[in-house]
Amino acid sequence: MTYDVLVEVSPRRGIADPEGSTIERSLPALGFDGVSEVRVGKAIRLRVEAPSAEAAAALVEDMCSRFLTNPVIEDARVEVHS
Amino acid sequence: MSARVGVIQFPGTNCEFDTVDAIRALGGDADVVWHRDTSIAGYDAVVVPGGFAHGDYLRPGAIAQFSPVMDAVSEFAVAGGPVIGICNGFQVLTEVGLLPGALQKNAGLSFCCRAQTLEIAAVDHVLGHGLSVGERVEIPINHFEGNYVCSQETLAQLRAEHRVVFRYVDNPNGSIDDIAGVCNEGRNVVGMMPHPERATSALLGSEDGARLLTSLLKAVAG
Repeated sequence: MTYDVLVEVSPRRGIADPEGSTIERSLPALGFDGVSEVRVGKAIRLRVEAPSAEAAAALVEDMCSRFLTNPVIEDARVEVHS
Repeated sequence: MSARVGVIQFPGTNCEFDTVDAIRALGGDADVVWHRDTSIAGYDAVVVPGGFAHGDYLRPGAIAQFSPVMDAVSEFAVAGGPVIGICNGFQVLTEVGLLPGALQKNAGLSFCCRAQTLEIAAVDHVLGHGLSVGERVEIPINHFEGNYVCSQETLAQLRAEHRVVFRYVDNPNGSIDDIAGVCNEGRNVVGMMPHPERATSALLGSEDGARLLTSLLKAVAG
């Protein structure tokens, strides 16, 4: 089976996010008040061959821990679509 | 025989020739080693220099950690061989796992390119010979992702084991505990964001970097 997978990489909780805080500080200047908790990450899309959705998720989670993210500073959320 | 230093070159590295020139000017022998080489046999020390290895794609050092030469560099480091990571090289060594922590974007998102005062925090490592704890040196920085981060447990361990080797005076990038450089448990692997190879002559504004590189050459000579 072929699965489309979305990996959302975000800065770990408790790790400062300089991009997020810079954006958060800029928003009021444009009139967007009341915005908080801005976090900037990245999205990685992949298409993988795997026998099941669970196997696809396991494969991509392995990629995340070994390569796609740095676990010292980043978390990943894996979403599998058939 | 003068010490022979291998300076690793990835696609996108840009400080390899400055590093080679600086080491040669100090009486050492140095060559550029291509990242696809699988051996570093014959070298007494390794420098992973600055630049943008593999374009810094994904994150600095993320792809460089899988370059063929890094297996040989890791084996060399684990066996006690001196390995120095400068700037992007420091990022590569954290990604490979030879040094703890990680380097993220500078606080305030500023690209920092300037002369930087550092305080020597430890001297019992391969770059510390001839320096004294508490002494200040001036070595330039040139980075966007030099903001050192690690877990509180790692920080406590680094402090307890005196493995923070350089600290910024007037922290430019938000690094935790003002950390500019750390060493591994064996004290033979050192990573630092400042560029000692760019501070090797009064003409360049400082000669302090030459003292660090001279320490490396002495560490090799024993």
